[in-house]
Amino acid sequence: MGDKRFTKDHEWISVAGDIGTVGISDYAQHALGDVVFVEVPEPGRAIAKGAEAAVVESVKAASEVYSPVSGTVVKGNQAIVDQPGLVNEAAETGAWFFTIKLSDPSELTGLMDRAAYDAYLKTLE
Amino acid sequence: MSDVNTFSGNRGLQVEEKLIFEMGNPGCSGVDLPEPGPVDLDRMDGLAKRGAFGLPDLSEPQVVRHYTRLSQKNYGIDTGFYPLGSCTMKHNPRLSEKLARLPGLADLHPLQPQKTVQGALEVMDSLAEWLKELTGMPTVAMSPAAGAHGEWCGLMAIRAAHDDNCQGHRRRILVPESAHGTNPASAAMCGFSVDPIPAKDNGRVDLDALKAKLGPDVAGLMLTNPNTCGLFESEIIEIAAAIHGAGGYFYCDGANFNAIVGRVKVADLGIDAMHINLHKTFATPHGGGGPGAGPTVLSAALAAFAPVPYVVHGKDGFELVEGGREGAKPFGRVKGFHGQFGVFVRALAYITSMGADGLRQASSDAVLNANYLQAALGDVLTPSFDGPCMHEALFDDRFLKDTGVTTLDFAKALIDEGYHPMTMYFPLVVHGALLMEPTESESKDTLDQFIAVVRGLALKAKAGAAEAFKASPQFTPRRRLDETLAARTPVLRWKA
Repeated sequence: MGDKRFTKDHEWISVAGDIGTVGISDYAQHALGDVVFVEVPEPGRAIAKGAEAAVVESVKAASEVYSPVSGTVVKGNQAIVDQPGLVNEAAETGAWFFTIKLSDPSELTGLMDRAAYDAYLKTLE
Repeated sequence: MSDVNTFSGNRGLQVEEKLIFEMGNPGCSGVDLPEPGPVDLDRMDGLAKRGAFGLPDLSEPQVVRHYTRLSQKNYGIDTGFYPLGSCTMKHNPRLSEKLARLPGLADLHPLQPQKTVQGALEVMDSLAEWLKELTGMPTVAMSPAAGAHGEWCGLMAIRAAHDDNCQGHRRRILVPESAHGTNPASAAMCGFSVDPIPAKDNGRVDLDALKAKLGPDVAGLMLTNPNTCGLFESEIIEIAAAIHGAGGYFYCDGANFNAIVGRVKVADLGIDAMHINLHKTFATPHGGGGPGAGPTVLSAALAAFAPVPYVVHGKDGFELVEGGREGAKPFGRVKGFHGQFGVFVRALAYITSMGADGLRQASSDAVLNANYLQAALGDVLTPSFDGPCMHEALFDDRFLKDTGVTTLDFAKALIDEGYHPMTMYFPLVVHGALLMEPTESESKDTLDQFIAVVRGLALKAKAGAAEAFKASPQFTPRRRLDETLAARTPVLRWKA
């Protein structure tokens, strides 16, 4: 997988070939607190950049996970549906939400790299 | 509390109570019935009883004690101060309760002939007139049975109006982040897509962001005013003009109407639909104390689409309209029969006993009490926004920074102090929210006691008592519950 790119809504995407893997950032899981429920998209679903793709609920809040790019869902991560707590343990590694076949790889250029995302997080404090 | 163990598991009057299904002795009974005669098994067309029901066998005193003990574990507005923000937990006047129990009102059947229930219809009509007068709106749908049900009713009217105007493609609803939590759900239930509008740094709707989201597919806007940050949306006139200019309707969540009754007529704000929580603003019981009610006022533009039934003045007295009328295009019916009639009686009793001047005084006092809390706590907690608030005071968790204590811990510690905690972690627009709504019911003495407790807890947290906070609550029937485990692996049956 390539380097992660981040959105202002705290999703990350890591791309290999034309397949992207999407999750939420460690900052996001920490802000949410203990995650208790996850819903991931069905394979084959077409999603536009910025559209609601998944749902994550914690003891404090429920929120949507937006797709950082447009494309077609390849696979949702059943492991985090079965064990939502994985999102707290491994948000930026094993607890990815879904993989997506990119329809427009140029959309990636609008996302932040790690350094830019870290700088963005500082502005939120 | 020390971990003293008793042989019984009870702690003084705090009784360890089993579930009712874990109690009882076979054959025990509260009543002595004669032996049944021979049963005709065919009478139920083959639906004969097979096996035992599994109901517990208990005597009358066992049943009475069980439910009395359970009731003693409850905490309600009759027990103590209940500053649960956004919920308006105010006193339920006993006069309203007394009137709702009058046999002539309490013992009616909803299918009685209308000529025998003229008084009840007059109650509904009088309450409807008051609600229209207080809001300045021409029409009210009385039957929604809760606030969110009223939201749904208002949105159904908006949807019907668009469909009637050949605008059926309008299916997007704008919902600000400062709106009541039920708004997006109600819009989704109605088949609309939900588009959030961000809040500005001052906790109010970002008008420019709203204007940028307007378009030919927008059905309307759902705004809460005063909003869930406890702030009046000061640009509401411009907001109404913007949504109307784009061909949409303006829904206002009236959950916080308690703050503005007698001071603002919502019709003057350009609102097309608003529900009124009778169980908040008009002091009828909440939740377990009785059903809620969410009558929904509608503007002239939406009036024709109001659901049935409603009461009209007929030539022989009051009449209930259950079907079509000339010029009316009701979108349907939202509730069995006529709505929560017992709640209507209580609300009308409250309104008429308060009078116009009393209602105005109540909303003023509610705002005063919230501001008193905000001012008295402002130097030890961290108010989220500058300036006075409306009916509720919003703080965030900056005052807990580096203490190791979270908003959740703080709330649990309040339970040990004998208070129902404030609303936590909502609204989401501030970090670690603590939202307090004292309502006009509370005396200055009650507020002063609460303020002293909250100040004490805040100073204790800052002095480095994180462990004590993490260990709370200590004086409850159960200690800190594992909410994460409960949410992740809920046990939904008492026995497998």
